[in-house]
Amino acid sequence: MTSMTASNSADLVAALLFILSLAGLSQHRTSRAGVVYGIAGMALALVATIVVASQSITAGAVALILVAMAIGAGIGLWRARSVEMTQMPELIAVLHSFVGLAAVLVGWNSYLEVESHGTAQTRIAADLLGIHHAEVFIGIFIGAVTFTGSIVAFLKLSARINSRPLMLPGKNGLNLGALAAFVALTVWFTITPNLPLMIVVTVLALALGWHLVASIGGGDMPVVVSMLNSYSGWAAAAAGFLLDNNLLIVTGALVGSSGAYLSYIMCKAMNRSFVSVIAGGFGIQAPSGTEEEQGEHREVRAEEVAELLATAHSVVITPGYGMAVAQAQHPVAELTRQLRERGVEVRFGVHPVAGRLPGHMNVLLAEAKVPYDVVLEMDEINDDFDGTSVVLVIGANDTVNPAATEDPSSPIAGMPVLRVWEAENVVVFKRSMASGYAGVQNPLFFRENSSMLFGDAKASVEAILHALSTDGRREAAPAARQAMVASQRL
Amino acid sequence: MSAQEPAHHPPQRIGVVAESVSGETRVAATPATVRQLLGLGYEVVVESEAGAASGFADEAYLDAGAGIGGIGEAWEADVVLKVNAPSEAEIAQLREGAAIVGLLAPAQKPELVEALAAAGVTALALDAVPRISRAQSMDVLSSMANIAGYRAVIEAAHVFGRFFTGQVTAAGKVPPAKVLVAGAGVAGLAAIGAASSLGAIVRATDPRPEVADQVKSLGGEYLPVNVVQEQSTDGYAKATSADYDRAAAELYHEQAGDVDIVVTTALIPGRPAPRLLTAEDVAAMKPGSVIVDMAAAMGGNVEGTVAGRTVVTDNGVTIIGYTDLASRLPAQASQLFGTNLVNLLRLLTPGKDGQLTIDFDDVVQRAVTVVRAGDVTWPPPPVAVSAAPAAQPAAASAKPEPKQSKLTPAARFGLIGAGMLAMFLLVAFAPAQLAENFTVFALAVVIGYYVIGKVHHALHTPLMSVTNAISGIVVIGALLQIGHESWVVTALSCVAILLTSVNIFGGFAVTRRMLSMFSKG
Repeated sequence: MTSMTASNSADLVAALLFILSLAGLSQHRTSRAGVVYGIAGMALALVATIVVASQSITAGAVALILVAMAIGAGIGLWRARSVEMTQMPELIAVLHSFVGLAAVLVGWNSYLEVESHGTAQTRIAADLLGIHHAEVFIGIFIGAVTFTGSIVAFLKLSARINSRPLMLPGKNGLNLGALAAFVALTVWFTITPNLPLMIVVTVLALALGWHLVASIGGGDMPVVVSMLNSYSGWAAAAAGFLLDNNLLIVTGALVGSSGAYLSYIMCKAMNRSFVSVIAGGFGIQAPSGTEEEQGEHREVRAEEVAELLATAHSVVITPGYGMAVAQAQHPVAELTRQLRERGVEVRFGVHPVAGRLPGHMNVLLAEAKVPYDVVLEMDEINDDFDGTSVVLVIGANDTVNPAATEDPSSPIAGMPVLRVWEAENVVVFKRSMASGYAGVQNPLFFRENSSMLFGDAKASVEAILHALSTDGRREAAPAARQAMVASQRL
Repeated sequence: MSAQEPAHHPPQRIGVVAESVSGETRVAATPATVRQLLGLGYEVVVESEAGAASGFADEAYLDAGAGIGGIGEAWEADVVLKVNAPSEAEIAQLREGAAIVGLLAPAQKPELVEALAAAGVTALALDAVPRISRAQSMDVLSSMANIAGYRAVIEAAHVFGRFFTGQVTAAGKVPPAKVLVAGAGVAGLAAIGAASSLGAIVRATDPRPEVADQVKSLGGEYLPVNVVQEQSTDGYAKATSADYDRAAAELYHEQAGDVDIVVTTALIPGRPAPRLLTAEDVAAMKPGSVIVDMAAAMGGNVEGTVAGRTVVTDNGVTIIGYTDLASRLPAQASQLFGTNLVNLLRLLTPGKDGQLTIDFDDVVQRAVTVVRAGDVTWPPPPVAVSAAPAAQPAAASAKPEPKQSKLTPAARFGLIGAGMLAMFLLVAFAPAQLAENFTVFALAVVIGYYVIGKVHHALHTPLMSVTNAISGIVVIGALLQIGHESWVVTALSCVAILLTSVNIFGGFAVTRRMLSMFSKG
């Protein structure tokens, strides 16, 4: 066994560990083991690579590696500990951008090591040189698109720039043009590799990544983030081709295809075509200007909602991005706890694209200690709304819009939604009567069984909690009685 | 808008009068609803002692902002609010041109309508509110039926000699009471809810099979009568067919021997109540059983019911025929009645300026108006109701589906074949090293897809952050490049290593942090 064969087999084991990691992450039961597999795989891969690399470089370079890794690890661990769960989307987006940028740098390094020496280079066999030229370009292109795309996603998610879609004239043409230019440049570069072409392709890809994500609005971010996740995987795979490294190829392909599959799930949840998402700039159709028939909405006060909840048999809470914005997850969890103590069945219905990140709501609710077995997916809960006493819609809008199923002319027609309106009572927590992200009026607000609780979601839930606890003395009696009856029946 | 000439009209005065029917405990406005009426711009005068039977003292009305007046004062108001229909003497007290609102039962009492018309007043019948969604907030029949259904169970529990709930105690086992509710309208549903929350086993019958879910939601079991019924279009139950009646009679007879409590609520508008339980059925019931016949006022659903009275049969079955069940919960009934009235007046006072205006283009306003300024306007044109099950949305929701049309099997095989051929050619003509890379790549893509296939929706975010950490593997590229070439390469590699380390360590750490939060209840 030489150090080279040991390194190769370490790569294989690391790749297998990564597969186990992803497989483990798909179920609650195995998820923690999944992370352990992932960490083990990564540690193995890093140690093996550093050992192999250290044989051909100076001690100074090894020290440089360790210092850079230590700094990066310090920053990473610090951010991981301090990040608010409501800011997970931003963190994930910014991490994607790092992968993208790293892939660009690897591509440039590869150019500097090989192509910049022209025919004097000795690293790559002459017959593979053409392929290497193309690989450099592809690696840089994917990496740069991921980089700027993620940066824009980060800026939008953290509200540093307006999250409204950018509408350049002929945007599809621009995207296709950039792709065509990329192909042309690649062909040119394989014939005559030179520095100006490298700069042109980098700038082109950076601009394309920026434009792709800039033309997608804030509400579609779950798809964008998982799409960028996929891109970051493809960027790693491209680097693997470039360096002829199987571990990079395998890992990149794993991440790329799993990210693409996640995006596909998100797309189905929004009834959008997968292809148009991959191509970027979907969700372009401006809200159709048809004046939706309005109606009269009824307003309720927090005390009335508290009364309604105290007498309910079953309650379903459907959270949306508004809950994250208002940081209302903790009071919501407290409300859940109190109602469950009173014997009210409380469950959560989470739409796949609620929030700004796939699974965003689940993470927020988990942070607030809501047991995960009462947090259900749209398909699990949709048939139960009929027979539910009260639905609390907290900061969700388009995901509970009946127009999606009932109005074929609606811009969101066909998008699967939570059928909250089938419940006996629906209380919508909302700041004002403004329409949702999609700019579509929501007929739910004017339904006979809906009422509106205006104000900041966090303040509203806290007001309900307050009303419940002041009311508690009177209400505690029947709850206690029910508990007694239940125990007697056993 | 009512802004046309508000200055010319002083606000109208609302008079809340005391009820004259003996045993009536309700009042048409409570202190709480008086405040709302004042908010609509009216002045309010309440007859002295009008709320006494409901437990609302004159002082409470004064505090709410109303005036307290003698008998005459309230009756001379511009708008008189009342629970029951006025007597002839009371009609005589009304000012010409005034309006009176209350339960007028115009279909049953044509002579009352004539008398009101002769008096030259406007008469609004709260019990004529159509059963459409928009008018639910004024549907006084529903709110009274709700109270009556609850009270019916309480009356039965009062007479019934046992617990409703089953218990196992040190002194022995108590079986739960069995309650049969006939008719799952508003009153029936209220009775089902009340009885099941007391712990009884509740069964319910109704000719409309679509109410089964509502029965279930309140804790009852729906007993179907397996005969086809005509669909209701106005939200009220229709008379049933002969076949149905025969099957239902069998069901009732069978149940009578089994249950302890029967609450009957079957009413058909404008007709005598249908007979559900015969004397024979009653005789089959166990001694100590209780029947509450909520249709007693309309002749009763049960043979042997006496309206307004409680009778005990020879075999010890108590039949309660109270016709004033809602009035037996006076404070609650007055509150709901008063709120229904406020909601009607809100509709009739669009400007909130204390001016009652009636718009005959509005179906609700048209339906409640039985006399307008001395002209009889009863009956109104029929209104079809939203309560009927709508078949429309289902058809509409089915429509967008075909858009994402599935590929035909042939097309799919074709596509897969083409893809495979492309891969074959690519690898066959590529240099050995590239071919090997492609093999690894293609297999890894497929594995990635299948590994994620069953991912739990709640784990999307942790999965994403772990894949993020893993894609930090690109660090290997930089590790292999550092230190070999110029300082530029080394510097760029250092930056790449630093960035991807943030990714690797941050990604794994944040995933662990998230997963530690997920806990099962």
